[in-house]
Amino acid sequence: MPDASPLLRTPLHARHVEAGARLVPFAGFEMPVQYAGVLAEHRAVRENAGVFDVSHMGEVETSGPGAAAFLQRVLSNDVTRIALSGAQYSLLCREDGGVLDDLFTYRLGPERYLTVTNAANHAKDLAWLQRQAEGFDCTVTDRAADYAMLAVQGPRARDIVQAMSEQPLPARFTAQPGRVAGCEVLICGTGYTGEDGVELLPRPQDAVALWDALTARGVVPIGLAARDTLRLEVCFHLYGNDLMESRGPIEAGLGWACKEETGFIGAEAVRAVREAGPTEKLVPFVMTAGGLARQGNPVVGGGEVTSGTMGPSLGVGIGMAYVPAALAVPGTEFEIDVRGKKRPAAVHTKPLYSKETP
Amino acid sequence: MADASYPEDLLYHPEHDWARIDGEIATLGITWYAQDALGEVVFFDPPQMGAKVVKDESYAEVESVKAVSDVIAPLSGEIVEVNTALSDHPETINEDAYGEGWLIKVRMSDPSEGDGLMSQKDYVATLS
Repeated sequence: MPDASPLLRTPLHARHVEAGARLVPFAGFEMPVQYAGVLAEHRAVRENAGVFDVSHMGEVETSGPGAAAFLQRVLSNDVTRIALSGAQYSLLCREDGGVLDDLFTYRLGPERYLTVTNAANHAKDLAWLQRQAEGFDCTVTDRAADYAMLAVQGPRARDIVQAMSEQPLPARFTAQPGRVAGCEVLICGTGYTGEDGVELLPRPQDAVALWDALTARGVVPIGLAARDTLRLEVCFHLYGNDLMESRGPIEAGLGWACKEETGFIGAEAVRAVREAGPTEKLVPFVMTAGGLARQGNPVVGGGEVTSGTMGPSLGVGIGMAYVPAALAVPGTEFEIDVRGKKRPAAVHTKPLYSKETP
Repeated sequence: MADASYPEDLLYHPEHDWARIDGEIATLGITWYAQDALGEVVFFDPPQMGAKVVKDESYAEVESVKAVSDVIAPLSGEIVEVNTALSDHPETINEDAYGEGWLIKVRMSDPSEGDGLMSQKDYVATLS
């Protein structure tokens, strides 16, 4: 976004300021990176419940008799498997298999789908989808201005939201409209932390009431910095770090979200990489002798770190890196060039953190 | 993190570093402003004993979850002590920036360099 453009604000901006958040530019929005402190916020989500303002994320609605056929053409996963009220993760790929975005799609009605985009990609995704939709009997509508988005995550999150709701919460990977704290919301059994929880999509004008109701019940505001450490510990990809147009889904370990037989845009390229085997693979790693690796640090012998920081629940440096495929075996030791200093790391199994083996 | 504080008995460098001079030995660290801007410190990689530090140049890095920050030497000299306790407890830099959170001690190579540093009053004026 050019410097001249003013930063956008979510409906919860005033709440973030009141809470003493440190606000930073992120994908064109002024967003809270932390409130009390990253480590305490991270712990609150692992042990209790936290709420994230992710209203910067975009939404695109696809509706009409040809909606499923159209989404099947553009999304990498098998859209026909999304049951009514179901949810599905997929990639949006270019013809050459390069990843344009990673997305969750919710089926709101027999011929009505809502796809959540990454904020930085929303305009690009929308233009791509509207161009590809020509010839399909469906309408692609920008709904980003019609929804705020609050992620409530943590072991106590569902119980707390359930107590504020007039109906049973939807199960994991399903979505239902409902009422929470008296507000009309789309309730989604999804998240980005590895903890149980829900994502709530209210109308923008209801976001403050919903936020206040949640924080009044002890749900702690969590900033983007802890969102990043939480997702990285459980090896969820972040677009712009671990996913990009110059690499494909197979390299990223997302072959499970690609169903080439559906003929999606990029399917031929993805099939070719799957059959031949990728030359590099994205792996989770831990630093084995201290230090922290960062995005962009080269892997000695080829490859690069795409995400790296301290894992607060693990107490060591962690990250994800593209490495030559031969190295992509758990336990394999390699070195990362951290600003001129070679630091040892080891390929780890996914996820890096789990409740059972902390 | 405690409230903002800038002790009057220290000398300050504009890159948010402090020095406490005792004879020919100077103890160095980062200011409250620096640790607050960085956030919770999760890693400090101490420099080698005996290494030379050069005024206005980086001699170490402190890292938070989000960022890496160079630590700039307010004075030149040879490192005679490093705070090894920070390896296990880097958060001490946030909790006690001017006390237990000191980073290194140097034997000054040019004690007159201290004359070019700022007083507490002058440093605090640069922060507003």
